[in-house]
Amino acid sequence: MSNPMHKPSLTEDQYAPMLSPWRAKAKITMIFFVIIMFLLFSSWRTGVDLAELTRGFGNMTQITDKLFPMNMSILGPAVGRLFETIHMAIIASTFSTLVVIPVSLLAANNITTNWFVYNITRFIMNVLRTIPDVVLAVIFVGLFGIGVFGGIVALFVFSLGILAKLISETVESADMQPVEAMRASGANTIQAIAYGIVPQVLPQFTSFSLYVFEINIRASVVIGLVGAGGIGQLLMNQFSFNNYGAVMTIIAIIFVVVVIIEYISGKIREAII
Amino acid sequence: MSQQLPPKKPRSTKKLVRNIAIAIAIVILYLWTFLSINVDFARVAERFSSNYDRVVPQLISPNWERGPEVIEMMIETIFIAYVGSLAAAIIAVPLGFLAAFNMTYNKMLSTFGKWILSGVRAFPEIILAILFVVAVGPTPFAGILAIAIGSTGMLGKLYAEVLESIDMNVVEAMQANGANKVQIMFHGIIPQVIPEFLSYAIYRFEIDVRASTILGYVGAGGIGTMIFFAQSNRNWSDMGMILLVIIIVVTLIDYASTYIRKRIV
Repeated sequence: MSNPMHKPSLTEDQYAPMLSPWRAKAKITMIFFVIIMFLLFSSWRTGVDLAELTRGFGNMTQITDKLFPMNMSILGPAVGRLFETIHMAIIASTFSTLVVIPVSLLAANNITTNWFVYNITRFIMNVLRTIPDVVLAVIFVGLFGIGVFGGIVALFVFSLGILAKLISETVESADMQPVEAMRASGANTIQAIAYGIVPQVLPQFTSFSLYVFEINIRASVVIGLVGAGGIGQLLMNQFSFNNYGAVMTIIAIIFVVVVIIEYISGKIREAII
Repeated sequence: MSQQLPPKKPRSTKKLVRNIAIAIAIVILYLWTFLSINVDFARVAERFSSNYDRVVPQLISPNWERGPEVIEMMIETIFIAYVGSLAAAIIAVPLGFLAAFNMTYNKMLSTFGKWILSGVRAFPEIILAILFVVAVGPTPFAGILAIAIGSTGMLGKLYAEVLESIDMNVVEAMQANGANKVQIMFHGIIPQVIPEFLSYAIYRFEIDVRASTILGYVGAGGIGTMIFFAQSNRNWSDMGMILLVIIIVVTLIDYASTYIRKRIV
C-alpha cells in the first residue's frame, strides 16, 4: 500500500476546498453578497425603476404608434446611404488588413526579439483598443469635417487595434521550427517570414479580416450617428427631427443587412478554417 | 530525375473556374467601392489644415479641472455596464438552454433559440439605446436596458456553445440511476458550465464598459453625455480629459477581468 509519508505535498490552495467545505462556502457566500450589494448600490445610483419599465410597456402602444407605420419614403435615400456605409467598411477593412501585417509582426514576441520595439507596439495597440469607435469618430470628424473620410479613418484605426491583437497572438502561437530550419539553411528574415510564418497564419488571417469587416459594418452604422457619413448619419438626422417612422425603417434596413452580411461572412469563415 | 519528383497535383477545371469567379467578384466589389465612394480630398485637406491647430494641441492637454466631474460620470457608466451585464448574464441562461441542441434534442426549438439570439445580436447597442430612450425617456435606465438586451445575444450564443460541449455521459449516468430533470440540472449540468458561464459574463462586462461609454450620446446616461456636449461645443480639451479617463478605466477593468477569469477557469 502507499506510504502516507510519500504523499505528494499539496499546497494549501489545492487542498482548501476539500478539507474545509465551510470555508469555500463562506467565500462563495461572501462573493455573492458583494455582487448583490454592488448591484443594489449601482441600481440605486443609476435610478433603475422597474415601475418606469412597466409604465414604459404601458406606453408601448404609444411608442409603436410613433414607430409604426414605417415611413417608406425614406427607403430610397436610406439604401443609397447604406451602400455608402458598406463602402466605408470595405475601404477601412482593406487598409487595416494591409497595415496590420507589419504591425502584428512587430507586436509578436517570437518575431520581434527587441524588447523595446515589441512593448512599445503592444502598448500603442492596447491604448487604441480601449478607445470606443464613436469617440474615435468624434475626433476624426472634428479633424476632417463631417463626411465619409473621417468615418473611414476612425474605422481604420478602430479595426487596426482589434486586428493587431488577434493576428499578433496567432503569429505568437505559430510553430517556430520551420523558421529556424530556414534560417539555418540561409534564408533571410523576409524569406523566413514569407515561407515559414505566412502559410501557418494565413487561414486565421483571412478569417479575422472577415470578422473585422463584420464588426466594421456594425461600427460604421454607429459612427454615422456622430456625423461620419453613411446610414447612421441619416438615422441621427431623422431621430433629431423626431421622425420616428423613418427611424424604424432605417433600423429595419440595418437589421436585415447586418444579418445577411454576418451569415455570408460566417459561411466563408467556416469554409476557410 | 523526373521520376523522383512527386506526382503533380491534378488541376481540376472546376476549382479553377471557381477561383476565377471569386477573383472577378472581388475585383468588381472593389471597383464598385472605389468608384462610387465620394471623398472630396481637397475639402478634407482644407479642413484638416484649418482644424489641426484647434483640435490636436487641445486634445493632448486635457482640462484637468473637469477631472472630478468626468470621473463621476465614468463611475455612472460603470454602474450602467454592471447592472446591464448582470441582467444579461441571467436573461441569457434560459435562452442559452433553449438554443443548445443537447438540452432539448429538438432541432426546431434550438434553431428557434439561435435565431432569437442572432436577431438580438444584429442590433448595435446604441440603436437599442435610441429605442429605449424613446420608451423610458433619457435616463441611465434606458442605457441599462440597452446593455442588458444587447449583451443577451452574445452571452446566449456563448452559453449555448458551452452547453453543447459538456460531457453528456454524466447526464446519461444520472438518468440511468433515476434522477429527475431538476436533479440532473443541478448536479449534472450546472457544475460543468458554471466556470465558463461566469468567465463569459465577466468578459461581457468588460465589453459593456466600453459600449456604455457611448450610450450617453443619444441620452442614455453615462460619460457619453459629456462626449456629446464636448463635441457640440468643440471643447477639445474636455474631450482630452474624457478620453484619458476612458483609456485608464477601460485598461484597469481589462486587467482585473483577465485576472479574475484566469482564476475562475
